[in-house]
Amino acid sequence: MTDKLKVGVFKFTGCAGCQMELLHLEAELPQIANAVDITYWMMVKRENQWGPWDMALVEGSVSTPREIKEIKEVRARSKVLVALGDCAVGGCLPTIRNWIPQIEAERKVYEDPSVILSTEIHGLDEYVPVDIYLRGCPPNREMFLDTVKSAMLGVRPALRRHCVCVECKLNENACLITEKHRPCMGPVTNAGCGALCPSLDRECEGCYGPMSSPNAAALADVFRELRLTDQEIGRRFRKYAGTSPEFRPEADKA
Amino acid sequence: MNAKSFTVDYVSRVEGQGALDVVLSRGGEVKEVRLRIFEPPKFFEAFLIGRGYEEVMELTGRICGICPVAHQTTALRAVENAMGVQISQKTRDLRKLFALSAIMQSHTLSMYFLSLPDLMGYESSLAMLNDHPEIVKRGLRIKKLANDLTDLIGGRAVHPVTAKLKAFTSLPSRSKMNEIRKRLEDSRAEAQETVDLFAGLEIPKFERRCEHVALSSQDEYAINEGRIRSTDGLDIKEDEYRSHFDEEQVPYSMAKHSTLRSESFMVGPLPRVNINFDQLSPAARKAARSSGFKVPTFNPFASHIARAIELVHAVDECIDIIDRLPYGEEDRSVVPRPGDGFAVTEAPRGMLYHSYTINRTGLVDRADIVPPTAHNAKNVESDLWRFLPQIIDLPLKEITLKCEMLIRAYDPCISCSVHFLRVKIDTVKCG
Repeated sequence: MTDKLKVGVFKFTGCAGCQMELLHLEAELPQIANAVDITYWMMVKRENQWGPWDMALVEGSVSTPREIKEIKEVRARSKVLVALGDCAVGGCLPTIRNWIPQIEAERKVYEDPSVILSTEIHGLDEYVPVDIYLRGCPPNREMFLDTVKSAMLGVRPALRRHCVCVECKLNENACLITEKHRPCMGPVTNAGCGALCPSLDRECEGCYGPMSSPNAAALADVFRELRLTDQEIGRRFRKYAGTSPEFRPEADKA
Repeated sequence: MNAKSFTVDYVSRVEGQGALDVVLSRGGEVKEVRLRIFEPPKFFEAFLIGRGYEEVMELTGRICGICPVAHQTTALRAVENAMGVQISQKTRDLRKLFALSAIMQSHTLSMYFLSLPDLMGYESSLAMLNDHPEIVKRGLRIKKLANDLTDLIGGRAVHPVTAKLKAFTSLPSRSKMNEIRKRLEDSRAEAQETVDLFAGLEIPKFERRCEHVALSSQDEYAINEGRIRSTDGLDIKEDEYRSHFDEEQVPYSMAKHSTLRSESFMVGPLPRVNINFDQLSPAARKAARSSGFKVPTFNPFASHIARAIELVHAVDECIDIIDRLPYGEEDRSVVPRPGDGFAVTEAPRGMLYHSYTINRTGLVDRADIVPPTAHNAKNVESDLWRFLPQIIDLPLKEITLKCEMLIRAYDPCISCSVHFLRVKIDTVKCG
């Protein structure tokens, strides 16, 4: 390859966990650094260039006017925009506060809210078109690796949209819902984690957000049969992707 | 006179979004130093209200992608303290192993990837790969080992999933533990090489006596529990935190400034090594002496060598814990009970405080979180006030780099620093 792909890594409103997931590719990092040209990554580099990029990996949601302006700039300078992780995909946990009136949330945290510039929390595609969504809090590092390899080959990465249950079956786990009567979000949650929590005797909490066309209402009925209150059910949907169209109706009931 | 006022718009090679403003007079006198955190707030304190007691660690762990383990453990202990839940020695040991793995990971990231490029004259660790592949790859190997250990105990390194109230949901098999124990044994040499590497690098000669604060215990190198002690004689329990530590509002930053007796103070690896030197493993103490480290050291740039010393200790203590860990299932049942709970731990970057009120229905009524970077924020500025006159005759490029190096020596975690504050912000134009 004569011209290396120019890649930028950006942090918006988030926890840096997705960037950490990239840094946790210790065995592959030297090869990645050799195969692509990382021209912007504030957390790792002191000399950074403001585009143009073949691929922009953006971690974090958009929550201030400065970030709205910035995500548009990054989009304009990038061929492919990747939403890296749940915050960039749809806002993740901090969207829980979208149900609290903004002024109330600000008053709870700041004595003088008049100078707070925060907007509601949104994923990147509220403001700009996104090409690739890497779901998860955090997305599995292998998914990121696939995406970079695909970009180098000029093809779309094969990202699965089925539910966690499929991975649970592949792991030959006993079903937490039918066998142990525990409220597991697996049936509506996007795969990619390898059914991590159910394999470790913990219910899926839904941290990869909704799968393609989930039946959230049906799972809420199952939870009701397991004697969860409407509030408890609502809290489960109002967590990692409460404002998504798939989960919103159930999340509204909390 | 080369000096003039300057701004670093976005400090690189730290976690999160912060800037530095320095205002100097014509004569080169320091007029203003502002570490300006512009990371947007996420309002965790607001949206934690009304969530379930069992969700607290899952939610607050997400405050930070570098130290989720520290936030999870602190949240778990604060909720357990609120509800009167007792934990077994096994859970205590596992949580220590979990925390040490995260400290190894975070310290290696800070030493090899965030700060080493400055000390060796490169813009990044990636840029060092050609000239010093063996050093960068050693850093990557230690980091991978640390992550694999967190993965093994927590299910995954970023936002782990197995740590719950009272116990872990699942434990690694004995054979997996033995495998990683072997790798820890092998890494002892690389931890020592890390001490040698940093002992051999020149750091700025700078010393400012300030109060160092860390958890401390007679019986162990305190990480997850202990009394809060300082180099100036503070010695209190964790639930007395709020009667000694205050927060100060600053007009230009999203992060509040924590104070002790109205003064800035320092937390982190250097205060820990200074205060708890006798509890370090014999190999760590030996490594410290061979590096020329003297207790107490008040040069903030010595934080790098303190991290390396802690790395040696962490490897030793991880092996000790693995050797004594019992296997088998543990009871995880918890009866929610209303109450106030407080917990202080040592995150990789220093003292971390969580406190919650759980109500009669098991929901959170109040959340109060103060992370290490809020504890250190004012002290970074106090250091810069003293450090700047010492370097003021250097070219501006050098002054800027040296100031950034001082900030990086604290390894600030800015995402952590903006979630908990009750800040009164005035509209002041910074420049």
